[in-house]
Amino acid sequence: MVKDQEFLKKKAAYCLDLANKLGATDSSVVVKNSVSETVNFRNKKLDESNRSDDLGISITTYIGKKKSSISSSNLLNENLNILIEKCIETTKNTPEDEFNSLPDRDLLAKEVKDLDLYDDTHIGNDRKIDYLKKLEDAASNDKKIVNTDSSFTQNKSNFVLANSDGFCDGHKTSSFTASVVTVAKDEKSMERDYEYSSKCFFKDLDDADKLGKLAAKQTIRKLSPKKIGSEKIAIIFDKRIAKGILSTFASAISSSAISRGTSFLKDKVNQKIFSDKINILDKPDMRKGLGSRNFDMEGVKTDTLKLVDQGILKHYLIDTYNGKKLNLKSNGRCGGTSNLYFENGNISFKDLLNSNSKSLYITETIGHGSNIVTGDYSVGATGFLVENGEFKYPINEITIAGNFKDMFQNIILANDLESKYATNSPTMLVEGMVVAGK
Amino acid sequence: MKNFFEKSDLSRSEAENIVSDTLNKCDDGELYLENTKSETILLDDNKIKNSSYNSDLGFGFRAISGEIVAYSHSNEISKNSLKESSENLKSTLKSVKGTYNHEIPKSNKKYYDNINPIEQKALIEKINILNDVNNYLRSKSDKVKQVTANFLGEQKSVEIIRSGGETLSDVRPLIRFNVSVMLEKNGRKETGVYGVGGRQSYDNYLKGDNWKNVCDEALRIASVNLESKPAPAGEMKVVLGPGWPAILIHEAVGHGLEGDFNRKKTSAFHNLMGQKVASEGVTIIDDGTIDNRRGSLTIDDEGTPTEKTVLIENGILKNFMQDRLNARLMKTRSTGSGRRENYRHIVLPRMRNTMMLSGNHTQEEMIKSVDKGIFAVSFGGGQVDITSGKFVFNCTEAYEIVNGKIGSPIKGATLIGDGPSILKEVSMVGNDMMMDPGIGTCGKAGQGVPVGVAQPSILINKMTVGGTKL
Repeated sequence: MVKDQEFLKKKAAYCLDLANKLGATDSSVVVKNSVSETVNFRNKKLDESNRSDDLGISITTYIGKKKSSISSSNLLNENLNILIEKCIETTKNTPEDEFNSLPDRDLLAKEVKDLDLYDDTHIGNDRKIDYLKKLEDAASNDKKIVNTDSSFTQNKSNFVLANSDGFCDGHKTSSFTASVVTVAKDEKSMERDYEYSSKCFFKDLDDADKLGKLAAKQTIRKLSPKKIGSEKIAIIFDKRIAKGILSTFASAISSSAISRGTSFLKDKVNQKIFSDKINILDKPDMRKGLGSRNFDMEGVKTDTLKLVDQGILKHYLIDTYNGKKLNLKSNGRCGGTSNLYFENGNISFKDLLNSNSKSLYITETIGHGSNIVTGDYSVGATGFLVENGEFKYPINEITIAGNFKDMFQNIILANDLESKYATNSPTMLVEGMVVAGK
Repeated sequence: MKNFFEKSDLSRSEAENIVSDTLNKCDDGELYLENTKSETILLDDNKIKNSSYNSDLGFGFRAISGEIVAYSHSNEISKNSLKESSENLKSTLKSVKGTYNHEIPKSNKKYYDNINPIEQKALIEKINILNDVNNYLRSKSDKVKQVTANFLGEQKSVEIIRSGGETLSDVRPLIRFNVSVMLEKNGRKETGVYGVGGRQSYDNYLKGDNWKNVCDEALRIASVNLESKPAPAGEMKVVLGPGWPAILIHEAVGHGLEGDFNRKKTSAFHNLMGQKVASEGVTIIDDGTIDNRRGSLTIDDEGTPTEKTVLIENGILKNFMQDRLNARLMKTRSTGSGRRENYRHIVLPRMRNTMMLSGNHTQEEMIKSVDKGIFAVSFGGGQVDITSGKFVFNCTEAYEIVNGKIGSPIKGATLIGDGPSILKEVSMVGNDMMMDPGIGTCGKAGQGVPVGVAQPSILINKMTVGGTKL
């Protein structure tokens, strides 16, 4: 059982009190507990069971404008005494930073809505096993599938965030996650693909049969890939890759990258960085949302932000420290975005495939090829050649490259947005990128 | 040495009894206890941004029967908590039976000292060095617009209790010092990053003015990139410099030679044992026994002493890297490659220090032989798709080669290749083998572990360079 709010609040209060007694002028503390149970299957047999019970505490103490922090997994008071004492000692020896402070009191979340983020349902290992059996049966139907790996995780977490200005709040969250990796083989090649579903509520989780079939289909169609020549070509990003491009955008507008001057989007607020059909929202108060929350990691209330309105950048993602440096108020984005998404475009997936006589449909990228300082993008890719709206054959061992500044201006979105992750995008077309192959 | 039972209601002998009772009918397993003390001190944007200390304590209890692994971990080292874990393991493995394998090799060798690097250098001294780094770099050029530098230090104590009460332990120091500098010229920004580290005290890496060498190298890379032009796109010859570029070896063949992927037959190498997988003259080893290196271990996380494992000898595939589970199922022995990020994770076969040994060519010869290609000197990270064998890595310092001469620097680009065939494309192996500076972290199944790499300069006949210039 995950620890209750009362236990976490008591620990938090103990730490704040002790920090204050030892000379901290301000302090904040996060106490959390997370219990997860996972079952892994491989080739229709039980492979692994894993139970984890994680406790954690992290404390930040301030003496004037000096700051330091400690964290530990050992919540016994005698251990906390030693650590908080050490933290105060370190704080004294750390140089001042004029921007260090707790968040402004008037920005702290006051009204906390129930966002429906906790499902009390307990899925025991036997039910997990039933789900995975069904999933792997569906996934291994075709003879070309030679290996299946799947897992089911139930996670229940609880946390409390408290600070010496009187903020003290937290709540339980749950998640149920099923995933499957399939390997397909033919004479020429061996390929791997996956499918995945994660929800706050068990009853919303995708059907096992559906997940298995989808993974198998996506893997088999990758068999016997070809390599193509190097050329300039239109790229269509599958939703699961397009969301990564949206995440890169989010890191480039984080106030820390902006205040440090290490982002290609510095000083771009109120400028047009996408085409005028593009709108980007970050909406924290979605019920059952995977990224939903009432306040950020500092306790600052979070409102919905239209980050990009008709192609124009409207906001950075601001926390207290970097906000003070930039002379801006925190907008509750310490720790990043909540439920981030592109609004739907106005053409169908089919029309998007048809919009060029020849394009590449990308289903997977590998490598860490996004540079937010320069905006340069270059990654390894796997996908399909699309001609006149039809998937022709699988492609691999190529790279795709461009610069986000140009790519953003050229994004065209389909109208097929769904809520699968915390960050979501419709299928995305970007013209004018370079493919390197043969 | 950490006494894990000092402040617990659980005594060592009680713990041993629970372990023996739980693992009695299993094939293998252990109780793994871990205490990690770590610190981060970060200078960024002219200020000390972060000084933090972490103390992490916990256990992971593992029972294995046949191919099934049951695992349970907790932060509380107590009678209740261990019993709860034991019940959890027993319930998963209730219907299976095995014979516990008590055999575990022993060694008296140690590859690092029992020290706590955090305590060996006062906080104020570390802060002073970071401030010196900042001032030094900013005084070198007015193009310097951002400096980030940090110290990471840790001491990890582990103890492994096996069925029957056999106990193995290790204390592992680890430090890392990193510098990142951003330059700006005519509105263009570029970054250079460099770092050093290993299993010794901070002073071993900072003595004299060695921190200045780290700064100079980061600054040099950033300056080169400031003058870089778009990278070419397409297949061409690639000369790799010595040292850190060996992450090519790590990604292209290292992961594919880990025991688990081969037992499960999901690696592109699973049916190639004894066959020629690389050009003649290519020998690759994975070595956990080099003194004080980042990837070295006295014992692995199952208690097996590490060793020098020959993976590819003169082009022929000789061995996979094994932990106890995969070794047993593949009827071979553990190579001391069983590792985990911490007590929260199960053991997997992992790399330690992966190295390609020297040949007899010079780097000069290689460059002279190339009409059109690139010379790659430094890299960011890499990644591999084990199943298809395709791997990538990102250049952070590279130059074009035109008619046998090094030309202009080129912008960061991703290189992509095919793991099982790339080593057959190696046409020259250099005589200049070098270890990396001690900065690598390898990710697998969500677990990061410190690793090392090494190689001489090599010439690859054909690789795809992911630039933008057609």
